[in-house]
Amino acid sequence: MKMPSPLLQVRGLAKHYGRRVGCEEVSFDLYPGEVLCIAGESGSGKSTLLNTLAFELRPDAGSVVYDMKEKGPTDLGSLPDAALRELWRTDWGFVRQNPRDGLRMNVSAGANIGERLMAVGSRHYGAIRDTAQDWLGRVEIDATRLDDAPSAFSGGMQQRLQIARNLVTHPRLVFMDEPTAGLDASVQARFLDLLRGLVQELRLAVILVTHDLAVARLLAHRLIVMKRGRIVETGLTDQLLDDPQHPYTQLLVSSALAA
Amino acid sequence: MSTVSSTAPNSGSSAVSSAGTASTPAALGERGMQPGYNFAYLDEHTKRMIRRALLKAVAIPGYQVPFGSREMPLPYGWGTGGIQVTAAVIGAADVLKVIDQGADDTTNAVNIRSFFRKVTGVATTEKTGEATLIQTRHRIPETPLRAGQVIVYQVPIPEPLRWLEPRETETRTMHALSEYGVMHVKLYEDIVRHGRIATTYDYPVIVNGHYLMRPSPIPKFDNPKMHRNPALQLFGAGREKRVYAVPPYTDVRSLDFEDHPFTVERWEEPCALCGATEAYLDEIILDDKGGRMFVCSDTEYCGTRREQGHRGKDAA
Repeated sequence: MKMPSPLLQVRGLAKHYGRRVGCEEVSFDLYPGEVLCIAGESGSGKSTLLNTLAFELRPDAGSVVYDMKEKGPTDLGSLPDAALRELWRTDWGFVRQNPRDGLRMNVSAGANIGERLMAVGSRHYGAIRDTAQDWLGRVEIDATRLDDAPSAFSGGMQQRLQIARNLVTHPRLVFMDEPTAGLDASVQARFLDLLRGLVQELRLAVILVTHDLAVARLLAHRLIVMKRGRIVETGLTDQLLDDPQHPYTQLLVSSALAA
Repeated sequence: MSTVSSTAPNSGSSAVSSAGTASTPAALGERGMQPGYNFAYLDEHTKRMIRRALLKAVAIPGYQVPFGSREMPLPYGWGTGGIQVTAAVIGAADVLKVIDQGADDTTNAVNIRSFFRKVTGVATTEKTGEATLIQTRHRIPETPLRAGQVIVYQVPIPEPLRWLEPRETETRTMHALSEYGVMHVKLYEDIVRHGRIATTYDYPVIVNGHYLMRPSPIPKFDNPKMHRNPALQLFGAGREKRVYAVPPYTDVRSLDFEDHPFTVERWEEPCALCGATEAYLDEIILDDKGGRMFVCSDTEYCGTRREQGHRGKDAA
């Protein structure tokens, strides 16, 4: 079988905050449909790396090459702002840790899901509404809640709404920053289950940041462990968690309760 | 008259000479201008600065141009932006009309009119057809504007995206890239809550196929009048320090959905005074027993129709 070309190629990526290191010398490839998890303790540069990969932060060194739908592999640093923003709202998704950062809290769930559709030129109210309704069902939210504001939703529902809002344009790559951190254990399990189903069904590539190795175990194909802004170990999730090589990874795995 | 009015052939010829005569106190005194003020209150440098901003605004229809807004002798919210624009473009030969909510005789209109009479000495009128320069708050006159006229709108908040995106850097980028999907989110939400687009004034428009623009708080009834209007339309926001413009014969399209098209207000009865059916009507409460009447908001239009013999059901 012919190996598909990577969706995202990262080489020597670095981001500094003055003299402090955000992340440094990060290189990896991400293939279509692959779920990559970035793990590490608090302050290890996970979120900085995620934001730099998505070009929400401009890297200080290195390159990110993305296989764009029309143009093929393109260095994101060479893209004009307009193209980058189009990427953000069509071919990419970004799920925030706090749903309040990723949702419009003062408009209805339907409008939240429809926003991307309207941003790419959909101008038929009925059609937008039907699509929103469909997506609400796919993230297991009752259809009668279509016109309710997200502020009336539970934390788990808000997080699922955020997923629907991002996936409505059928992105190929989704960035997730601790999507389960604010959810309690039972809601978390159900959320991860739903996420796993959607990822498989839509062949989504996902870059997921988490400090919870259980989340990584459940979702990720591959795992990157970070410490002080650098990658200390990388490999297949099960392999890495069952047989950690780097002392820091060993510490991380042994300190987890029941990964 | 300023450089801007070079698009206005009617007043253009006299504009050249007005700068000369305007500067001689004797000439202005004859017209009733108060001594001690520069012509049109603002100093010449300020007027030039505003004209430069206006030229840019005309060159990029719908784009908000920053300008150095000055303190005016009346409070923000009373039309300081419109007054500065008017002061920058007015010439000694201009005929000024000022309306507020369509009426020539409301406080705001009366005060601004007398202000300009005092500091310019120009002729004023209530007739839309006779005016070369019209400053307005909340309405476009019912009598169609013609080529050569200039209409100046008073704008409280120029940024149409402000309530959806608080960051100025972000709204500027959105304008530059024509990313206006979020404006439709607002209209979508209107339909969700009210079953129709419930925005009735300051209804967002796309100018010349690019820039999203707030037409100032005119009723959406007036939006179609902006489309391909032969007059030059200038907008001034004093507190927010922005001017923008719609040049003559420019496309102005109101946002809508395919299955919820843009419509204007309709009334079930004609104007009670002049019988007009195609005008924007105000509802006036007559007593506490449910008595009310609908009359034209454009007082000059209504009065002219009555002079022509049109009669509504309540006409005296």
